[in-house]
This record gives sequence, structure tokens and C-alpha cells, in this order.
Amino acid sequence: MVAAVALPKLEEKLKEDLVELIRTSSTRLPPDVVKALQAAEKSEDVPQARSTLLKMVKNQEEAYAGRTPTCQDTGTLIFEVEYGDPWREKALTALVRDAVREATRRGYLRPNTVDSVTGKNITDNVHDGSPYLHFHQRDDDGVRVRLMQKGGGCENVGAQYSLPDERIGAGRDLEGVRRCILDAVWQAQGKGCAPGAVGVCVGGDRGSGYAESKRQLWRTLEDKNANPEVAALEERIMKEANTLGIGPMGWGGKTTLIGCKIGTVARLPASFFVSVSYMCWAYRRARLDFAPDGSSHISQ
Amino acid sequence: MQKLTLPLDEQAVRALHRGDDVLISGRMITGRDAAHKHLCTHEDPEARRYLEGGIIYHCGPVVKKDADGSWTMTAAGPTTSTREEPYQHKVIADYKVRGVIGKGGMGPKTLKACKEHGCAYLHAIGGLAATLARHVKKVEGVLHYEEFGPPEAMWILQVEDFPAVVTMDSHGESLHEVVERESGARLRALLGMA
Repeated sequence: MVAAVALPKLEEKLKEDLVELIRTSSTRLPPDVVKALQAAEKSEDVPQARSTLLKMVKNQEEAYAGRTPTCQDTGTLIFEVEYGDPWREKALTALVRDAVREATRRGYLRPNTVDSVTGKNITDNVHDGSPYLHFHQRDDDGVRVRLMQKGGGCENVGAQYSLPDERIGAGRDLEGVRRCILDAVWQAQGKGCAPGAVGVCVGGDRGSGYAESKRQLWRTLEDKNANPEVAALEERIMKEANTLGIGPMGWGGKTTLIGCKIGTVARLPASFFVSVSYMCWAYRRARLDFAPDGSSHISQ
Repeated sequence: MQKLTLPLDEQAVRALHRGDDVLISGRMITGRDAAHKHLCTHEDPEARRYLEGGIIYHCGPVVKKDADGSWTMTAAGPTTSTREEPYQHKVIADYKVRGVIGKGGMGPKTLKACKEHGCAYLHAIGGLAATLARHVKKVEGVLHYEEFGPPEAMWILQVEDFPAVVTMDSHGESLHEVVERESGARLRALLGMA
């Protein structure tokens, strides 16, 4: 198929839009997250918890107004790229990497990428495996790019369980899964910047399990699981985790979780993994839809 | 809400208790992983000028260099403090630090050093980068910029009414211990393991 607009021109426009996608994601929280923080503030009795949640909402307003990052840890940059003709992975990879360099230069991203052997900061954020891209081919033309920024503090409190796990009385069933998730939320305390959201995967291997647990974090907080049994578990975890009393930043309070999203992947008979990825309240995600004629739209 | 003006003397720190809300004004210095390792293995007379009686802030900011060569912080929230647990007690003792700002709390070695030397751990709100950057009124300078890189460098800041909560005080009390213990009891009840 021949594109209506010459490819080099489209590439230039897409690169600009990708920089704008990064700015949006980095400086403004999605509306579902803001709504959840506002609702949480109303439910709290403790003044410190309330004022903390209010400060969180105000912070993201100030960040967007000032075009500055909502959190200084601008996170692992996770891009999901869906593309049709005439796009190719190689060109798209180069464009995303260029956009990351430009966004870093403009201060939307912190120089946040370190060489794992030398310990040196790679000042433009483009290095081995950074940013990290997943490609999906699609039948229709155009490109859809989703970006998630996941900070290191919350990534560090993720957990993977291999069931059975006697420490928490977790067997190989949904009750065992419930125990793992509640334990992971408790272990995290406020360290992942509570109130957070957990993405969970039941099954898979150690790699695919964590990958699916992160994919669950693309779901909006309002999204209900299509599987009624899993949907019920998500709701139950939300209720129970919010009785733990960990609260905003772990200083005590009713709001410990703002989301619990559970996905499943087939497993081997010998393995039963439960993988939990914790997302902080600075839950950054945004999406760019780029049409074949170069018109585009960014949403959250 | 208590107002603290830096530098702090021992008496001011001893007056702080677990759970107190504070607003901090004055000069503080940032330091994270590279800085703590460096301070434990080297005597750094220049850093000492800012650390004695001062606050070390676990922060890797986003900074912008302005046309006149000065710096502006655009995002300056706290980073996870536990990574400094192996070093913090020594930095408190050797450099006579009166306060540590970070997030997530710290362990028993730091709590003990706070009690012995008169220091407090002040918890800022993680992710509050834009708001906290507004409380940084001026970047006075930076130490070890080339060597450590921008997020790890030691930035010297003038702050005004910087909000934090005392979560570990100089009397051996830790809010983190309390919340962990109480939430742990609730978890065991939920799991029928009480």
C-alpha cells in the first residue's frame, strides 16, 4: 500500500508525536488514577493520610502546568508498538529511540539509564535494552504506541511466588493466589509509593509471568475482569488489602491499594507461579494513535 | 506542624517524635548510592561543610542548566532509602548529620545511629517531584557532578517549607516498625494464621 504522505515526512511527524507522548505520560497522571486518589482522600479519617493524598493530586497538577515530570524517577520506559503498513520495526525502533533522546534533552525524562557493568550513567537514556519495546503487527495501517513509565522504587517491591508456599499457607488454587497477593502488598508496605496498583499473573514461567503481570497494568483502574471468578478475586483483594492499614506512603491509613488486576497464562503441570508487579501512585501511562495520513491523537 | 530551620542542633532533633509533620527551611545537600559509598570510604571536607548539623536528602533530581549557567530543579522527590542502610549509620556518626530525608524508611542500624548521635529520619512523599521541586528555592552548587552523574551528584539546595513526616526519631521509635507490625497482625488474621 502506498502512503498518502511521503514516509520521511510521516517519520518526522511521528517522532515529534512520540516526544509529545513522552511529555504527556511523564507530566500528567491518567484520569482514572487521579479519580482514584481523589476518592481515596474522601474515605480517609486520618488527617495525615488525607493531606498526603491531596498533595499527590496537587503534585500532578503542578507537574502538568509546569511541563515537568510528575516523579523524578522517570522510570523504565515500556513501549508497546502496534503497526501496519508501511511501517517496519527497524524504523520505528530508531524513531522511538530518537524521541527518548529528545525528551531527555528537553527535561521530560531524567538521565535514568545506567550501564550495568561500568555503573556509568548513559545520559540520553538510550542503551542496551533501553527503552524497551514490544512490537505487534496489525492488519490496518497506522501506528498505535502505548507508553508506561514504571519507577524503580515500585519495581523493587515486585514479587514472584512458586506454589505451594507453606510460609503463607498458599496451595495451587485461587485461594493460594489470594494469599500471595496480600503477602506481596504487605511486604511492599509503603516502599513502592503506596497507594499502588498490583498487576498479577497466575501461571506462565518466571519470565512470561512477570511480563503478563506488567501487561495487566495497561488496564484502567475501572476495568473489570471478563472472567467472573477472577473479577471476584480482584474485588476481594481490593477490600482486604485496604484493611491492612498501611496507608499512603506506609504512614498508616485506609488506602493501601488503588487497583488489583489479575491475568492468567497457561502453565506447566510442574510449575505454578504467581507474579506480582507493583505500580506506584505515580502510575504513568499514555497512548498515541497515529493515522496513515499523519494525523494523531494522544490519550490517557 | 513544626517548622525546622537548618542547621539543626541536637536539642531541636531530640524534640522531634515519630509521626510529627514538619516543614524544613534552609540549606540541605542531596546524596544517594554513589555519595554514601564515597562518604564512607573518603573524608570529604567540602561535603562535610554541608553535612555537619545539616540534612542529607536521598534524591536524584531532574535538573536543568539555565542560560546563565545556574541550575533549576524541575523534579526533586525522594528516592528509596533502604539502599543506604549499610552506609547511613556511619555517615551520621562521621559527618554529624542531624537529619536524613528519603522514602520507605530505614533499618535498625540507622535507627540506632539516630538515637546515639541525635539524628532523625524524615520521610518525604515519594513521587511528589513537582511540588517538592517548588520548595527548592535555589540550587547553590553541586559536588561530584562529573564523577557520579546528575542523579547521583551531591546537590546543594536552599529549601523553604519542605514538607516531611518524622518516621524514625532520635528516641528509638520508628513509625515503619509500628505499621509493619500492626499490618502484619491484620494480614495473619486475613490468612487465618493468627
